[in-house]
Amino acid sequence: MSKKKVFSIAEIILGIIITVVTLYLNFMGSDHSMRGWFLIVGLALILLGLYMLPSERHNQIVNFLFLLPLVLTFLVTVLIPFALGVFYSFTDWTGVSYTEFIGFDNYIEMFRSQDYVYSFFITLIFTILNMIFVNIIAFLLALLATSKVKGRNFYRAAFFLPNLIGGIVLGYVWQFIFNKVLTEIGPGYMSMLTDPNLALLAILIVSAWQYAGYIMMIYVTGLQSVPRDILEASEVDGANKWTTLMKIKLPMIANTFTVCIFLTLVNSFKQFDLNLAITNGAPSRIVGGKPIMSTEFMALNIYKTAIAKNRYALGQTKAVVFFILLAIVSLTQVYISKKKEVEM
Amino acid sequence: MGEKRRFSNYILEIIGIIISIIILLPFVLVIFNSAKKSAEIVISPITPPEKWSQLFINMKNVINNANFNYWRAFFSSLFITGVSLALIALFASMAAWVLVRNKTKWSNVIFMLFVAAMVIPFQVVMLPLISTFRTISQFTGINMLSSYKGIIFAYLGFGGSLSIFILHGFIKGIPYELEEAAWIDGCSPEKTFFLVVFPLLKPIHMTILILNGIWIWNDYLLPSLMLGLNGKIRTLPVAVSSFVGSYVKQWDLILTAAFLAMIPIIILFIFAQKQIIEGMVEGSIK
Repeated sequence: MSKKKVFSIAEIILGIIITVVTLYLNFMGSDHSMRGWFLIVGLALILLGLYMLPSERHNQIVNFLFLLPLVLTFLVTVLIPFALGVFYSFTDWTGVSYTEFIGFDNYIEMFRSQDYVYSFFITLIFTILNMIFVNIIAFLLALLATSKVKGRNFYRAAFFLPNLIGGIVLGYVWQFIFNKVLTEIGPGYMSMLTDPNLALLAILIVSAWQYAGYIMMIYVTGLQSVPRDILEASEVDGANKWTTLMKIKLPMIANTFTVCIFLTLVNSFKQFDLNLAITNGAPSRIVGGKPIMSTEFMALNIYKTAIAKNRYALGQTKAVVFFILLAIVSLTQVYISKKKEVEM
Repeated sequence: MGEKRRFSNYILEIIGIIISIIILLPFVLVIFNSAKKSAEIVISPITPPEKWSQLFINMKNVINNANFNYWRAFFSSLFITGVSLALIALFASMAAWVLVRNKTKWSNVIFMLFVAAMVIPFQVVMLPLISTFRTISQFTGINMLSSYKGIIFAYLGFGGSLSIFILHGFIKGIPYELEEAAWIDGCSPEKTFFLVVFPLLKPIHMTILILNGIWIWNDYLLPSLMLGLNGKIRTLPVAVSSFVGSYVKQWDLILTAAFLAMIPIIILFIFAQKQIIEGMVEGSIK
């Protein structure tokens, strides 16, 4: 046996001993302040030893080590919480522990609660309106940004800028604009955020303002991919700009439309930051004799159910349904794109 | 014909300028009102400030405000974003390379899991995530909830899917012959990766850094849940939100805080406009 082999095997054994001892202490309920570091050192020694071990299976060891960091973080932050989350939705989970399995009770309570049903429909309305607004505005902006106008690059950058700032910060800025600036327009002019319908419109305005520049750039990329010789040929044939747009450009960027429509659908449906910072669900509206938060979208509704009302299991149940709805939208997109590919 | 074209160009130019003004107006209002005293905002929130020097007084007040602690929040955000980005770029490249070059059933399953997970919204994992991290902290003694290592660990988990997906597509396009030559020369797999493959990934790393960077820098929900609104570590969005909570309706302070929170990204955008726009658009189409 070579020296290197002895050394790396010793390293692995030492690592295993440290890890096992630390785990044993953890199971015994130790709260020694260094035990976390010991565990990390133990595991690191095992991995280092494995890496240094001269072996015929070195390739496989490297593959394992290369995959480990992301697979581990992905497992702990996404897959395990996801599985636990689905499970918790069938229990009386309190955010810390659960005592019993209660079947579909959370789901039944959820569909019976008015605030959830309302939140579902208001999110649906917002999502569809926002998708339409954003795409129309973004497409028109893209036409402008690909025309022969001077300063195109400046326009692109300016339209794109709001997208880079976080929704929380922008939300507060717009709250100021709605409450302090737009009320200056005329005497007795009330803030839009005090009326349920106008407050929804306010979020739509900010969302389009923030998002249209981004979608515009995707349309710009699509429009620029239309081959120039085709455009020149149509010009020679005497087609005017309108005909070129309708008969050549639009059909050729049909794929871009699919991408943009689904992107805006998914992102509008998940809207949270602007919702929280602009209205935080307010104002309330009387539905069936009860006050209901009029602009509380599903993401905010989930957050408030769990964090503010401390109903973790119910909030988690709403989140599972939220996931199912999003998965349906995404699968539809995959189906449509696949079908198009076959046709082409 | 020439007359007509020049005329329509004029109209387009005017439309472009008007739209730019409308889109940039909120930013202008932030700058104007960050340079006013509270009373001045109430009187006229639209006009330019009387004295621009007030801007620096407001900035100084907000930066030094104990409830905001701008520099601490700024450097926390910078540290979390920077380390997460470096690790995502490195680890996702390593993982994607293994997944592309090893055509086994396992690598297929792992890749499909990463791709499928892109559909999972944050809301469905956030509550169990916090409780899982709390359990790990209690069991092992490694603080995962209110610590840098915990939140960076979480960003690796959430940023991994999309990054691996994009890198996977890119690495598939790299000719295998390049690596083969290194193999024949007796290079070990890790050397082949770091000396031959990794340098070729530079252009796609740009896309990955921008996509993840903008998202992590602006993220509010994850840091607010993991680190807490008034915890020891706070990112910029969390600090702004907590500041707004403690100074309700004091618009001079709130807008100055918003101004300070926007500045870093706007400066970055001025210098790397083209890369940022290209990176974000490329990531969305894939």
